[in-house]
Amino acid sequence: MISTYRVLLSPKLQTVRHRSRGTGSRTARQILIGALGLFVGYGLYWGVRELLEVLLTVEDLGRLLAFKVLSIGLVAMLGILLLSSLIAALSSFFLARDLPAIRSAPADWLAVYFARLTETLVSSSWMVLLLLIPLLIAYEQVFDGGIGFYAVSVLAFVPFFLIPAVVGSAITLLLVRVFPASRSRDVLGFISIGAVGLLVLGLRVLRPERLVNPDASRELVDYLAVLRGPSSPWLSSQWTVDAVAGYLDGAFEPFWLLLLWSTAAGLVVLGAVLHSRMFPLCFTRAQEGVDQRVKRHAGWRAYEALLSPLPLRRRELILKDTRAFFRDTTQWSQLILLAVLVVVYVYNIRVLPIRSNEVLERWLVSIVFFLNLALSGFVLAAIAARFVFPSYSLEGRTLWLLGSSPVRTSTLMWSKFWIGAVPLTVLAVALAGATNVFLGVGTGLMIISLVTTAVLSLAFTSQALAWGVFFPQFEAENAAQIPTSVGGLLFMLGAIGNLILVILAQYLPLRAYVWSGFPGGEARDPTGWELGIALVLTLALCGLTTLVPYRAASRRLDA
Amino acid sequence: MIVLEGLTKKYGDFTAVAAIDLEIPANCIFGLLGPNGAGKTTTLRMISGILRPDAGRVLLGGHDVHEAPEPAKALLGFVPDRPFVYEKLTGAELLRFTAGLWGMAGPEVETRIDELLELWDLTPWKDQLVESYSHGMRQKLIISSALVHNPTVLVIDEPMVGLDPRSAWLFKDLLRSFVDKGGTALVSTHTLDLAENLADMLAVMHRGELVAVGTLEDLRRQASAEGASLEEIFLRITRGATDEDIERVLSR
Repeated sequence: MISTYRVLLSPKLQTVRHRSRGTGSRTARQILIGALGLFVGYGLYWGVRELLEVLLTVEDLGRLLAFKVLSIGLVAMLGILLLSSLIAALSSFFLARDLPAIRSAPADWLAVYFARLTETLVSSSWMVLLLLIPLLIAYEQVFDGGIGFYAVSVLAFVPFFLIPAVVGSAITLLLVRVFPASRSRDVLGFISIGAVGLLVLGLRVLRPERLVNPDASRELVDYLAVLRGPSSPWLSSQWTVDAVAGYLDGAFEPFWLLLLWSTAAGLVVLGAVLHSRMFPLCFTRAQEGVDQRVKRHAGWRAYEALLSPLPLRRRELILKDTRAFFRDTTQWSQLILLAVLVVVYVYNIRVLPIRSNEVLERWLVSIVFFLNLALSGFVLAAIAARFVFPSYSLEGRTLWLLGSSPVRTSTLMWSKFWIGAVPLTVLAVALAGATNVFLGVGTGLMIISLVTTAVLSLAFTSQALAWGVFFPQFEAENAAQIPTSVGGLLFMLGAIGNLILVILAQYLPLRAYVWSGFPGGEARDPTGWELGIALVLTLALCGLTTLVPYRAASRRLDA
Repeated sequence: MIVLEGLTKKYGDFTAVAAIDLEIPANCIFGLLGPNGAGKTTTLRMISGILRPDAGRVLLGGHDVHEAPEPAKALLGFVPDRPFVYEKLTGAELLRFTAGLWGMAGPEVETRIDELLELWDLTPWKDQLVESYSHGMRQKLIISSALVHNPTVLVIDEPMVGLDPRSAWLFKDLLRSFVDKGGTALVSTHTLDLAENLADMLAVMHRGELVAVGTLEDLRRQASAEGASLEEIFLRITRGATDEDIERVLSR
């Protein structure tokens, strides 16, 4: 069994090995990626460390707050891991191109299960693991955990990652069993709805607003109860927190590690039994064809009419991309997730405690204004990574048609830019408008905010496309996999860098206004000059970060 | 109609196509033969403007494909070796999209789409997503997409893959009619029967070079194989495994 397991994983390992070997330019690229990764990792470590040190200054509650933050972080990670596992398991157990060869080989079923589970585990966890490492180092440094902390962490986090991978694989198997004929499309639709449920549930479980403002709890005792009580005693994330936090607090209990490992082992056994009973039938049903007749609805005709003023070739490219998007469930199902994210975000801004005794805290408004810019910018970057970054990779093997046609390949860039930029800008402006109304910012700042999010969406669209062109994933098995590639990560890093520069470009001219709102200062509105300089700097910066990647990608396409 | 001048393509240190020169006239079916990895697909991809050559040039109807791509490619219909198309479009939508790329739209295109789908028995599948098509149906659809805009040059890489016998016969007939009406077809194939029966001129490519060019008779002379079949000529020119090699493999 073990030798078959090794053989089954060998193509993936060999692919990784071949990739890591490479030519001079590839090595340079790997060094660059490594350096960027280290830089971001250090930034994260530094941020968490600073946060923990601030929290520890709170008398009596400091340690509780620090572990509560870890608990919240791990619940979020568990949710991400479960969702990623569902998508990864669908790909590795049912959609992978090597499955017909494996199914036709006399391979041990248990080895196949473990090999596919390993692939699911690795592809769903690597990004979360990269985020987790600096976070754990920060905890170790601040709490002086020593080498023992790392040992406990390894023992606690292996089952932490394994449990959602097994559960995700099992749920995917059950979904394919329930929806045989309509195959992966319905499964992914279901996964999206499930993800929505998870998110809402996660928010209810966390009730983060109770942590924000101790005054909101009627009694200090209530507040302490919130802090002391486990966020979610039935989730493996809480057991993981109990294991590592217990160690840092000098009250380590091996029970939590035993609970994690026994749960993981039990689930692996259950998963294997489920796989042996159901996989052959599910795999067969996943291959079944379905009637996929397409009818032209009135909506489509209206959309075609709307695009009719465009030149024929450009119109056809846009129509083709729109059709492909809405007929690909792995693509549009993410819209549901996006809608929930936006609603949750706007809601959170709505309930922010920016008024004290009904008086608007001006300093808090200006801080939250920049925080809002950062967060909504991050949301936009994440959306661009999900929807815009994969668009060139999705052309992949069909590029021969454009390449042999009398259309310049860079025309593709044009159509993909606008098909991404228009909805993203509309969303960005709506997001910025709604949140700033709730924050009660003045007209000047409102204009700045609307313009900034609009130009940021153009810049992010251009950058997502360009990274997608330079780091294409032509072999990806579905659109949802593409953003988790190295190119996707680089895009996110670049976009966050762009966002930080924009925030600086606005903060520097507006800093006198921001500080005027603080206690002791003379509160005032920003002057026209301050707003004008902030606006011009933002436009210049985003103009540059839109045009440079756009041109570079166009040149690459025409080369 | 198709002119190659010193066409070269390298992948790192490996020379896939080594400075080949070739002239294919109008009204000609030209068969390009060669063992796997000889450089045929790379050559065809350079001719159709998908790959940029490292040296040399390709002229279609007198236009350089890489310097003046629009007028050159306006003449071209290309069928790739593997039938990858947009899975989420229907057959009719794919043909409409292709016609649009060549700047054509309207009732004439719709009639043309119906004719092509009818020709290949694809009419019942017209409004089905391509992802539900079989391999052979995709191949027929791609051949249709190469013809939808009335090209004068056809570049076809492995046309017979996945085609049933009736469709294969239809394809040969179609290609002959296309050339008789003034078109030029460059067909790369491993189906030697097709090349022998259909091609007006032939070339054998080996290790990136054109090692033999001409009519079947010319090739017989070049290979010193009077009266030999194309298969015998091909084997003599490319010199692959011997009977002893086969015996050795099977005896284990």
